[in-house]
Parts: sequence; C-alpha cells; structure tokens
Amino acid sequence: MTERELKRRAAPAKETTEVADDAPASTERGERLKAEIDDLLDEIDEVLEDNAEEFVRNYVQKGGE
Amino acid sequence: MAIAKVYGIETEYGVQVVGGADGNPTTASSVLINSYVAQLAGRVGWDFEDESPGRDARGFVRDGSMAPEVETHLVNTVLTNGARFYVDHAHPEYSSPECATPVQLVTHDRAGEVVLERAMTAARRVLPPGEEIVVYKHNSDGKGNSYGCHENYLVDRAVPFARLAREVTAHLVTRQVYTGAGKVGCEADPEAPTAFEITQRADFFEEEIGLETTLKRPIVNTRDEPHADATKYRRLHVITGDANLAEVATLLKVGVTALVLLLLEDDLLSERELVLARPVQAMRSVSHDLTLSEPLELVSGETMTALEVQWELYGAARKYAEERGLEAVGSDAEGRLVLDRWESVLAGLESEPSTLRHELDWVAKLELIDAYCARHGCDLSDHRVAALDLQYHDVRPERSLFRHLKMERVVDEDAVEHAVTSAPRDTRAYFRGECLKRFGPAVVAANWDSIVFDVGADPLRRVPMMEPLRGSAAYVDTLFEGCDSAAELLRRLGA
Repeated sequence: MTERELKRRAAPAKETTEVADDAPASTERGERLKAEIDDLLDEIDEVLEDNAEEFVRNYVQKGGE
Repeated sequence: MAIAKVYGIETEYGVQVVGGADGNPTTASSVLINSYVAQLAGRVGWDFEDESPGRDARGFVRDGSMAPEVETHLVNTVLTNGARFYVDHAHPEYSSPECATPVQLVTHDRAGEVVLERAMTAARRVLPPGEEIVVYKHNSDGKGNSYGCHENYLVDRAVPFARLAREVTAHLVTRQVYTGAGKVGCEADPEAPTAFEITQRADFFEEEIGLETTLKRPIVNTRDEPHADATKYRRLHVITGDANLAEVATLLKVGVTALVLLLLEDDLLSERELVLARPVQAMRSVSHDLTLSEPLELVSGETMTALEVQWELYGAARKYAEERGLEAVGSDAEGRLVLDRWESVLAGLESEPSTLRHELDWVAKLELIDAYCARHGCDLSDHRVAALDLQYHDVRPERSLFRHLKMERVVDEDAVEHAVTSAPRDTRAYFRGECLKRFGPAVVAANWDSIVFDVGADPLRRVPMMEPLRGSAAYVDTLFEGCDSAAELLRRLGA
C-alpha cells in the first residue's frame, strides 16, 4: 500500500470530526477570520496604487533570461 | 549515485521608473545596482572566463551563441555574501551564492530581496526628487513578457542526461500546484476570458527540452555549464519556476526538487513510469485548473492528476528517507522538514486549498482578490484587480501587498540580515565572500568557480574552485587565520 492511499483515508475522517464537534466554535472562527479580512482590506485600500488603470498600463517590461 | 546537493537561485526582477522621464530599464537597472555597490566598501567585477551558455547537455555546442563578453559593459558585481548582482538584459538580477541546504537557500533568496530593497533606497538618493526606481519580484508584466527565476542543483554527472530529462519533467509540471505565484489573465491566449491561474510562468513554455531561455522556452533546459568539475558534476538549470515571496513555497520548490533528484540519481523514482504524454500542454492545464483535478495523460496510457503525481513522488521519497536517510539534501533534519511540509501541503491542496493562505503565494493572492472583489463588487477584469496582482510583488516593504498578508516564515530575519553581507559557511561561496571581505582591493574579478587576484608586480593569479563544497569554513578558516594579505593567502595556497 502506498503512502498516498494511507493519507487519503486519514484526511477526510479528521475533517468530519472537527465539523461535527465544534460547530459553534467554527462560527466564531469564521467571524474572527472575516474581521481579519476586513482589516486587511482596509490596509490594502490604503496602499493600493491610486490610478490602477494607468499604473497597470504603464507597467511594460522587456523579456529577460 | 545521489550526491550532496548544492543549491542556487537566480531572480530577474521587474523594474519600473516612477516619476521620471527616462524609463530605459537597462539604465534603471544599472543605476539601481551601482547605487547599492557605491555605498559598499569595494567593488569587484565578474569574470566571464568560464561562461559557456551555448554548451548543450545533449553534447553539442550551438553555433553563433552569443558570447557573454558582449554584455561586459553592463554592471556586474560580486557581493561579500558570495552573490552576483548584475544587469541581465533589461532587468536587475540577483544570483544567490551556492547554498548547502534548502533552508539556507530560502535565507539567501530572502537576503536578495533585502539587497533589492536597499538598492531602491540607495537609488532614491542619487535620483532627482520625485523620481524612483521600483522593482517587483515576479515573472511577467501581464502583457506577454516574461523574465525568469532559475534554480540550480548539483547533480551526479554519471546519471545519463536523457534519463534525467525524461524523469524530472513530470515533477516540474506537477509541482506548479505549490510553486505558483498566481496571475490574473492568460498570456498564452489573450483572447481568453480573464481568469486566475496558478502560475506566472506556465503560459510561456513551448518545448519539452532545449537550450533556449528567452524564446521557445523548454520545460527542461539543457544548458551545460557545471561551474564545477565537469567530469563529476552537472548543474541542473531549472527555468520553469515562479519567483516566490512565500517562504514555504520557496522551501518546497527547492527542497522537494532536491528530494526528487536524489530519487532520480539512485534510480528509485517510482515503480510506475511517471512520464507525461504531453508535458507542454500539461504545464498549462495544471496552471489553469484551480480545481486541481485535471487528468494528465501518461505515456503508459494511464491518467493521473497533478496531485496524484506529487503523492506518488512523495511516497517514493518517504520510503527513500526511511531506507537511506536524507543527508544528501544537506542535512537529514532539513530533508525531513521538507518531507513533512510537502505532505501537509499536498493534503491541504487536496481537501481545502484556502487553508494554505499563509503558506502559498497563489492561494494567498487568490483569497485576497476574491475578498477584494466581494467588497468592491468588481470582477477579475477590473483594473484594480490587475493592480493588486502586480502590487502583490512590489519589493518596497511599505507598498508590498504580500507583506500585509502575514505569511508564515521559514527563516528568521536575523539570519537574513547576516546573509545580506555574509556567505553560507558550507560551500565555496564562503571562500569567495571572505576573500572579498578581507582582501577586496586585491580581488580583480571573481566568478562561480574561480577568483582572480592582483597582488602587485606579479601577473594576475587565478585561484580555481572547481569543488562547490570545498572552500567552506571547515576547509579554509585555518588558511585565513593570521593571514593579513592576499599575497600571503596565495603563498599559503601554494598558488
């Protein structure tokens, strides 16, 4: 039996238990994750180049290697 | 037989002049590198004596291959950490020193980013107010122009090149599932609807094997310049990879490839023949398949997904580790670190790729783009998404979107800082770096396999370094002890 077959059986089993046991906890985790992403997007909005269209248009490179 | 791996990585950075009239990328790259080296004590040029990019591993020399001398007027320098920092075509390129382990390589790849950051700061001081040179660590401008991030691995010369090429291809095609840096918009087919793909590079590969790197790019590059004893060694020059910012991705890109090379050198790759029927097509289909489920046809007629090929290689590597150990990777512990991470990343990709958002570039970028589109009600064709895609790779820490993502680190920043000025202790890069630190003014030129000294009245003296793992601290520290001049060093070397 290869390692891969062993692994594949193990992985889904672990996931099912997690979902079944801590449904409220994962909602909490989900909310925390959403808050993190919101903060991140606020930061990104601040640093993203102002004129996106012009910025992208002007970025032209010569090939290399 | 599997030999101790020596690693190197070369990155061509995208370069852009902001707020200035002269947008010439070659000039900008020169200004950048000159500004960096001008603030350092000395400056040593690169020696082209042993460069032969036209030599082919299949056993012939291509006529009319461009002699490297034509580029000697461009800036080209060697740093005290053993790296080469120079202008290649129209890009600043940073070639890491030779490293002895995967983690050392990640450290020096990251040190290269820091050198580029400092070069940008140094250039700002010499440029007119408001003008700035900005670099991006990626491989495409999104308009069909690509530049490379090449890996180098020391391989046993006794392995027939034809077998090496045949067997390594399936790995190079399928490892894209974790080496990809992500990209919006296909450059192989600009008419295709705007979509996200896993890698920056897959669109640019047109051949299975060949010598080229700038057009008709091959999956297996046949350039045969070992930069070492050519009777014993081969340098496998891998040109398919994306330039990664995520350290976990770099660790796997280099570490897993090293594991696969051990298997290949010992002819233990897999019981079944992992040879793809159409590798060029497979490069692209793997890159474009976000479901990671596309079946790839093998020459045997079977089909396997990219993940299945990677699991198969993983199984062989795990078995190899138990039976023979992984010392040849550079250290058994690091070999096992790579194996364990490879396993967890494959499992993550198989069950829920988004769980790898702090480990892999393409997943991090895709998650960011999805969240951005959800907030702003836009889709992938929006200019802001293209800007985000580009700015992910901005090397300026304050502008880099990657730096905002709190990705998992593999190396600590103190080690990186040390690597900005000091070479790895376990390879000949140590000798190169120490000679530059101690006797910089007497070193007139250096390259991967030799150093040229000028000690006054005598003719120039070349010290060859044909063994990549000699010249390490263990070999030469006693040589340097109490040695106060290059002339004395040469006397001790008996050169």
